[in-house]
Amino acid sequence: MRSVRISLVGFGIVGHGVLEVVRRKRELLRRMGLDLKVVSVTDIKGTLFDEGGIDPQRLHGAKTMEGIANLEIIGKEAIQEIDSDLVVEVTPTNIVHGQPGLGHIEEALSLGKHVVTSNKGPLVVGFNHLQELAQDNGVMLKYEATVGGTMPLISLIEKNLVGNEILSIRGIFNGTCNYILTRMMEEKYTYSYALTEAQELGIAEANPAYDVDGIDTAGKVVILANSVFGMDAKYDDVSVTGIRDITPEALNLAWERGYLVKLIGEVPSLTVKPMLVPRRSPLAVGGTLNVASIETDLSGTITVTGLGAGSIETASAIVSDIVSIYTSRQIDD
Amino acid sequence: MRLSMDLELQDVPGQLLLSLEPFKKYKGNIISVVHHRDRKTPRGTVPVQIVFEIDPSNIDNVKRELQDNGIVVVRAGEDRFIEEISVLLIGHVVHTDLGDTIDRIDSTGFAEVEDLSLRMPGIEEPSSAYLRIRATGKEEIEKSLSILREVGRAKDLLVIEPIEAEKI
Repeated sequence: MRSVRISLVGFGIVGHGVLEVVRRKRELLRRMGLDLKVVSVTDIKGTLFDEGGIDPQRLHGAKTMEGIANLEIIGKEAIQEIDSDLVVEVTPTNIVHGQPGLGHIEEALSLGKHVVTSNKGPLVVGFNHLQELAQDNGVMLKYEATVGGTMPLISLIEKNLVGNEILSIRGIFNGTCNYILTRMMEEKYTYSYALTEAQELGIAEANPAYDVDGIDTAGKVVILANSVFGMDAKYDDVSVTGIRDITPEALNLAWERGYLVKLIGEVPSLTVKPMLVPRRSPLAVGGTLNVASIETDLSGTITVTGLGAGSIETASAIVSDIVSIYTSRQIDD
Repeated sequence: MRLSMDLELQDVPGQLLLSLEPFKKYKGNIISVVHHRDRKTPRGTVPVQIVFEIDPSNIDNVKRELQDNGIVVVRAGEDRFIEEISVLLIGHVVHTDLGDTIDRIDSTGFAEVEDLSLRMPGIEEPSSAYLRIRATGKEEIEKSLSILREVGRAKDLLVIEPIEAEKI
């Protein structure tokens, strides 16, 4: 049985999900020979540490570490001080400077700890630098959850499509935009009405700019460009148009001619823009779904779809990454 | 009357000029000439597409003279637009001179706006337009899209293209 000590950095929606999935899947993971133990949970208020593994019941209903933490250390200091094999980095994302996640990931990799993250910011800002850091320290950096949530995209390309040249990837990488456009189409809502509905349902943030202006999608495009296409793309290299100017009339005109309008991100062209998608195309998924079509030289075009966000869904991608690190032949110890 | 012709020329100097002579003689107004030097036929001839306006009564004379000059007339007068694409425009489509936007495509000679639907929900509110553009080939479709993108930038219109457009 391989015991893995995990430090969880970030205690938001995804952090809660990780604790829950590790708890729910404990037996299954043990049968695979892995004993995953979350030994610490850190947020800006402090750190809860338990060498034997934290019982998720202790954190039930808690929103932050306030009043629960038994150590005052946070951030990089916590990553340094706590003896762990792997850091799960799930702090809030910042696509401009990547912090605090960037510093956390650098610290963990430098200390020889594997890192699994759903945090786009650090990868958008410093993907190649972080990969080098991981290699230099003989550890792995995994980030499936950053693009398309639970939808297997990075691992599909790395494992199942190995040997194929990837010619392009295009898809819907933001569930909020997809939800808004779907509702505008189906209910003839205006953009602002559909946005308000999405906000009331918790699908869109109070400040929706990150989603509706295409920033989130562009971040994912950068990650795919750097990880799959070996580019050195930055956020500013992406040509981005969001969905604010879309009208229900335009969606209706498109529908009458057999099209839907979707916010499409594309690599390696590095574009994010609303596009006409034929109604019968595999990319024509509705609601909050994400979808990606991978164009390859040998396997033709392969399309995957799934939920792009959500606590348990994102955590599932994180736990898959953890398992893949310890079942990979590159890691012998 | 606007017509088109697909010709095949011998790959020797002076053929293109020779092929245009009958149009001049019978008062044809040439709108575009696309000379496909890079796409020779298996017979070693060079395909040329000519779009022109002419009095229909003269079309047979033009054909006969071309043939007399040793030029092969593969096709004449039929619908020459073989590719099409759908595009949406959102913004102040009408007040930024919709006629001009359409002309920018139509004046190319290789593409035309064939279908236009417009929705104007209210004064001051952005309009939405659906355009179907037909063109003589895939390259010409791509050129038409470039023109529309440029028009969109200049007139502050959102241009929404179909995903397959970039594949062709």
